[in-house]
Amino acid sequence: MKWEARVRARAGAFDLNATVAGDGAPVVLIGPNGSGKTTLLRAVSGGHAPVSGRICVGERVLYDSEGGVCLPPEERRIGYVPQGYGLFPHLRVLDNVAFGLSAARPGQSRAQRRTAAAALLEEIACGHLAERLPATLSGGEKQRVALARALLSEPDLLLLDEPLAALDAATRRDMRGYLAGHLAARGKPALVVTHDARDVQALGAPAVYALEKGVVVQRGSPADLAAHPASDFVREFFRSAWPGALSGEPSGFSAERSSEA
Amino acid sequence: MRRPNGGLWGGRGALLAAIPMLAILVVPLIALAGASSPSDIAAGARHPLFAPALWLSARTTVASLAVIVTAGTPLAWWLARASGRGARTAELLVDLPVVIPPAVMGIALLQTFGPHGLLGPALASLGIHLPFTTTAVVAAQVVVSAPFYIQGAAAAFRRVDDDLLIVARTLGQSPAGAFFRVAVPLALPGMVAGAALSWARALGEFGATLFFAGNFTGSTQTMPLAIYTALESDTRVAVALALVLAAASVLLLVPLRTLPSLLSRRLDRPPRSPHAHPLPK
Repeated sequence: MKWEARVRARAGAFDLNATVAGDGAPVVLIGPNGSGKTTLLRAVSGGHAPVSGRICVGERVLYDSEGGVCLPPEERRIGYVPQGYGLFPHLRVLDNVAFGLSAARPGQSRAQRRTAAAALLEEIACGHLAERLPATLSGGEKQRVALARALLSEPDLLLLDEPLAALDAATRRDMRGYLAGHLAARGKPALVVTHDARDVQALGAPAVYALEKGVVVQRGSPADLAAHPASDFVREFFRSAWPGALSGEPSGFSAERSSEA
Repeated sequence: MRRPNGGLWGGRGALLAAIPMLAILVVPLIALAGASSPSDIAAGARHPLFAPALWLSARTTVASLAVIVTAGTPLAWWLARASGRGARTAELLVDLPVVIPPAVMGIALLQTFGPHGLLGPALASLGIHLPFTTTAVVAAQVVVSAPFYIQGAAAAFRRVDDDLLIVARTLGQSPAGAFFRVAVPLALPGMVAGAALSWARALGEFGATLFFAGNFTGSTQTMPLAIYTALESDTRVAVALALVLAAASVLLLVPLRTLPSLLSRRLDRPPRSPHAHPLPK
């Protein structure tokens, strides 16, 4: 399934003006703090109103300023896991997971939804967390539950905002593999914001977009960005994880420079 | 709760400096509590002014609180979520009744609903006469005490993370669903605290009520007005009324201070160790 988001929006100090596209494989979005990554994700989710642009996932147009289309978030079939995971602090884990089912399966009783949510929690080996409140979970547990909750409504496009940032090193390594496995098994589009080049590697993302001050300064495969960084940020980003990339031979693909750069 | 650095800054010198203000606040209440014997209080409670005033205060403050929460919650939500000049202006307008003396608000209400007021003639043609009725008591209480609820609720709504609301929407909730299932539960401690403050303020309302609703036993004479009337004839009744009002306020203060923290403690309990929570099976 192909998707494309062309978004112009106000994002604090500058305007966001970026186009991001992908297909079934995860797309990674990198950039310094305040470059507009979260605004872009929110615009795609429907939580932030763009000034103009067009967002489509598969055949469905979610937003089109020229065509006058702007679907509300609940009709976009987007899964959104924000920074900090976005678990509802007042609901137990089971009710957090069942939350999405109340709208997706209106015919079901509360008990049926809770049973379905409990089954899902067992699947991801989190059954023992069902009655806990989010504040009592570890970072890795929160991430698993948040991901499960987002996937339960079977979204067309999954948005993950720094899914691994708040985790300690060991949990981060585990969760990186867990996340990569889930995204690969799902085979549907995902847009993942990260600050860590190792995440790019682990997710096997074919495309990386580097966003700076609201514009895409570079897009291409991870190897291309590592070999021919278009900015200091991109160079620094890949230096830690792929130390050989800067001196090594180019991968054969040429890094595409975005027109906005 | 122990505060860090209590030993360094909370010593005897600080206590000595703090005592005068504490005394100014507490001594009058002690004097009130010790002013009359139980028999005096009983006599005051049997006085014909007492029961109607108590009943009227209870009825009108419950009614005004209902109006404030019903109409104030949407306003608080809008103030918390809207950006731009309109919302900032509205915020200032909401604060106005806090800084304007209640007596002035009473005159302003007369100028609005009085026979020669802004809306008075129009309402009169519909057969509605607001001034000097029980409804006027409620109106005075609403105008004077609503800002406390609105400010509290708006501050609580502002603390609700945008991302949680977006997530609720992406999980299929309508705007109303996200509001009632996510925003309200998370803002509840602040809403309850604001409502309690608002109620306490309405219970003590005097100036606006006197000017707009008058001082008629049974229909507009609330507890504070009854105290005012009783002082002219029988001090014992005034003291009895004052004690009951003080007791009601203290009863309000206890949940006011404990309920919000109880409600929010539920949300950010510290992580338990895995051993404290045995695995099922």
